[in-house]
Amino acid sequence: MGRILLVGRLAVRDLRRRRTEAALLLLAIMAATTTLTLGLVLRDAAGDPYQSTREATSGPDVVASVGQSSKLSGLEKLAGAPGVIDHSGPYPVVSAKLQASDRTSDVQAVGRDAAPTSVDQPEPTQGGWVGDGGVVVEAAFANALDVRVGDQVTLDGRSFKVVGVAVTAAMPPYPGTSCIVPPGCMSGPVPGDLADAGMPRGLLQNPGLVWLTQADARSLDPDPSYVMNLKLADPNEAQAFADANEGDPSGATPMRSWENILEDATELARDSQILLLIGAWLLGLLAVAGLSVLVGGRIADQTRRVGLLKAVGGTPGLVAAVLLAEYVLVAIVAAAAGLAVGSLTAPLLTESSAGLVGSAGLPSMTMSTVGLVTAVALGVGMVATVVPAVRAARSSTVNALADSPRPPRRIGRLIAISARLPVPLLLALRVAARRPRRVVLSVVSIAITVSGIFVLLVLNAFLSTQPLTGGYGDAQVEVLRRVLLVWTVILLCLAAVNAIAITWATVLDNRHSSALARALGATPRDVSAALAAAQVAPALVGAVLGVFPGGFALYGAINAITGGDGDRATLPSLWQLLALVLATVLVVAALTSVPARLGGRRPVAETL
Amino acid sequence: MSNAAGTSVLRARGVRKEYGKGEGLVRAVDGVDLDVGAGETVAIMGPSGCGKSTLLHMLGGLDRPSGGEVSLNGRRIDDIGEKALARMRRTAVGFVFQSFHLMEELTAVENVELSALLAGRSPRAARRRAEELLEQVGLADRARFLPSALSGGQRQRVAVARALSNEPLVVLADEPTGNLDSAATLDVLQLFETLHESGQTLVIVTHDPRITATTDRVISMRDGAFVDETRLTGGTTGRLGALAGLED
Repeated sequence: MGRILLVGRLAVRDLRRRRTEAALLLLAIMAATTTLTLGLVLRDAAGDPYQSTREATSGPDVVASVGQSSKLSGLEKLAGAPGVIDHSGPYPVVSAKLQASDRTSDVQAVGRDAAPTSVDQPEPTQGGWVGDGGVVVEAAFANALDVRVGDQVTLDGRSFKVVGVAVTAAMPPYPGTSCIVPPGCMSGPVPGDLADAGMPRGLLQNPGLVWLTQADARSLDPDPSYVMNLKLADPNEAQAFADANEGDPSGATPMRSWENILEDATELARDSQILLLIGAWLLGLLAVAGLSVLVGGRIADQTRRVGLLKAVGGTPGLVAAVLLAEYVLVAIVAAAAGLAVGSLTAPLLTESSAGLVGSAGLPSMTMSTVGLVTAVALGVGMVATVVPAVRAARSSTVNALADSPRPPRRIGRLIAISARLPVPLLLALRVAARRPRRVVLSVVSIAITVSGIFVLLVLNAFLSTQPLTGGYGDAQVEVLRRVLLVWTVILLCLAAVNAIAITWATVLDNRHSSALARALGATPRDVSAALAAAQVAPALVGAVLGVFPGGFALYGAINAITGGDGDRATLPSLWQLLALVLATVLVVAALTSVPARLGGRRPVAETL
Repeated sequence: MSNAAGTSVLRARGVRKEYGKGEGLVRAVDGVDLDVGAGETVAIMGPSGCGKSTLLHMLGGLDRPSGGEVSLNGRRIDDIGEKALARMRRTAVGFVFQSFHLMEELTAVENVELSALLAGRSPRAARRRAEELLEQVGLADRARFLPSALSGGQRQRVAVARALSNEPLVVLADEPTGNLDSAATLDVLQLFETLHESGQTLVIVTHDPRITATTDRVISMRDGAFVDETRLTGGTTGRLGALAGLED
C-alpha cells in the first residue's frame, strides 16, 4: 500500500511541477479520445431518429411496388401472404415535375386517402394531411426546396397548395428517396441532356417525395405505378420476406425491408461515424508520435531523479512504475475529458436530416464506448511511455546521478555526407542523425497529418462539386462539412503541437552540442538554421510520403470501408499536391523557427 | 598585468563580470587588466570559484563582460555582434575544455576536422589537416576511434588537436588537466610544451600548480581579481616531467 502511495505521490508531484508539459500531454491524448468518442456515440445514435419515426408513423416492415397497373395483382397477392398481418395500399405513384418559386425538381407523387391508415401514416411536422388540391411535402425535400405550408407549387404545371410537411419511415429522407416509378431514378449531378449522357428518357433525377389525394395523383397520370406497405407478424423477418417474395413469377415486385430503409436513412450518420473513427485512429497515431517525443524528452530531464530513486533503494520496477503512473494518470483524465466533450458535441454531428422525427439528442454513453475510449487512451499513453520508462529504469544509477545525457547514435555515412554541405546543413544532418527514432516519429507525424489533409481535400472537393451525390442533401453536406472541420482542426492542432514539441526536444537534447558548435565558430544563425532544418527535412520526407502513398492509401481505405464511389471524386491535381507539400514544409519551418531561434541563442559559456 | 614582448595578441582592460543586482550582486571578475604577447604562455591560477573560467570565456568571446574592454589582435571583441564573435572564434581562438567536450558520435578525426568544416574549408583539406594534427598529438592510430574508446588523456589530446585546427592566434585552455590522472596529465603537459616551443600563444586556466612549469608567466587570481604575477623565464623546457614532479 505504501509503495502505491509513494508511486502516486511522486507521479502527481512531477505532473504539478511541469504543468505545461502535462497540459500538452493531456491535449494530445484528449484529441484522440474526443474523436473516438464522437465516432462511437454516432454509431449508437444513428438509428434513434429513424426508430422514433417508425414508431410515430406506424412504419411498414416491407414496402413493395410495381411499375404497371397490370401487375397490381402481384401486390394484392402479397397482402395475403403468410406472415403479413396488416397492410395499406396499393397506392398510385406518379412521376411529375414540381416547381416551387424558382426551383424545379422531379418528384414521385403518392396518392393517399385523406383518412388515416394503420400502416405508414406519414406524420405531419407542419400543417396537416392531404386533401383535394393540397400537397404534403416530405420534410427533408421541403427543407431542401425551402418550401413551407401555405406555399403554392405546381406539379406538371397544375397548381397545388402545400398543406403539410411530413415525415415517413417508408422511404429514406430526401435525397435518398426510394425509386418506385419506371424507368427509374438517378442521384448525383444532373447532366445537361439525359440522352446525350446515355440515360433513358423519363429517368427521374434526384426525385423528392410528395403526397396527394389518389384522385389528384391519377389526374396527373392515368397509368400510375403502385406501392403497398406491409406489416409483418415478425418485423425481424422483413428482409427474409422480401427476399422470398421479390422474385414472384407474376412479375418483378421490388421490395424494401425496413432494415434496408434504415440503412439508407442513416447513411450520413454512418459515413460521419466512419470518418470520425478513421480520424480517431489517425489522431491516436499522431498522439503516440507526439507523446513519444514529449515523454522521451521529459524522462531525459528526469535522469537525476531516476538516479536518486534508485540510490535510495528503488527497484527498476518501482522506477518504471513511477514514470508510467504519470502517464496513466494523464491518460485517464484525457479519456474522461474526451468522453465528456465527445458526447456533448455529438448532437452537432447527428442531425441526419429533417426527414426524420426528433434528433439524436444527447447520445447515450454505453459501457463499451467508455471502455474502448479509456483503453485507447491508456494504450496511447503506455505505448508512448514504455520504451523511455524501461530505458530509464535500466540505466546505471551512477550515470543517472551524474545526469549524463543519453549517448547519441552515430550514423557514419550521414556524418561523411554532411561534411560536404554548408554549415547549417552540416549541423542539421548531424542533429538529425543523433536521434534517428525522433526523426522517424517526426516523419510519421507529418505523413499522418498530410494524409489526413489529402483526404480532407478530396472529400471537400467532392462535397462542393457533386451535389446530391451519395444521397446527401444540402443540410447533410453541411453536417459532413462539420465533421471534416472537426477533423481538420484537431489534426492540425495536434500536428502543430507535435512539430513544436519535437523541435523543443531537439533543442534541449542538442543544447550541449549546439553550444560546442558555437564555441568552435558556428554563428547563432547557423545553429538556429540547423535546428530548424533538422525538422524541415523530415517534414519534407513526411509530406511526400503523406501524399504518396499515404493519402492515396487512406482515401482508398475510406472508400473501401464506406463503399463509396471513388471514381466520382476528383483527386487533387499535381500542382495542388506540390502546394500541399510546400505549405507543409513552410508551416513546419514557421512553427519550428521560434524554438530553433531560442536554441541557437542559448548562452554558450553557461551551457558548457 | 603586461607581457614582456610588447606586442599584445590578447588584451583586457578593466574587465568585469557581474551577476545579480543590489544586495545579491556578485562580481565574478572585478576589473582585470591583462596583456598576452604573441607566443607567450600564461597560466592563470586560483581556487575554485575565483573567476578564472569566467575570465577565460570573456577573453575568447564565449561570454560578454559587464564592463571593460577585451581586444584580440588589436580588435575590440567585447562590443561586436554574435556573428562577428563566431567568426572570430572560428579563426582566431582555439578552446580546450576540462571535460573535453568532444562529440560522442564523431570519431577522433571527425571531431578534429569539425572546426575546419565550420570555417568553410573543403572536406578534403579539413580531413588532411585533422590527420596531421592527430599525428602531431600522437594519436594517428586512434583517428577512427570514438571518444568513448579513448582514455581521458587521449580525449584531451584530440581536443587540443581540434583547438589547433584553424591555426588560431591564441589557444585558451580551461583546466585542461583537471579530469586527468598523472600519466595523462604528463601527456597533455608535454603537448603544451611542444605548442609553446612552436610559438603558439596559450592562456591556461588551472588550479594545478604543476602546470605552471610549462608557462612564461603565472598570474594568481582571487575573488575575481589578479593578486600576483610570477614570471618564469627559460626554465620550463627539457625536463618538464621531472620539474612538474611527474617523473622520477
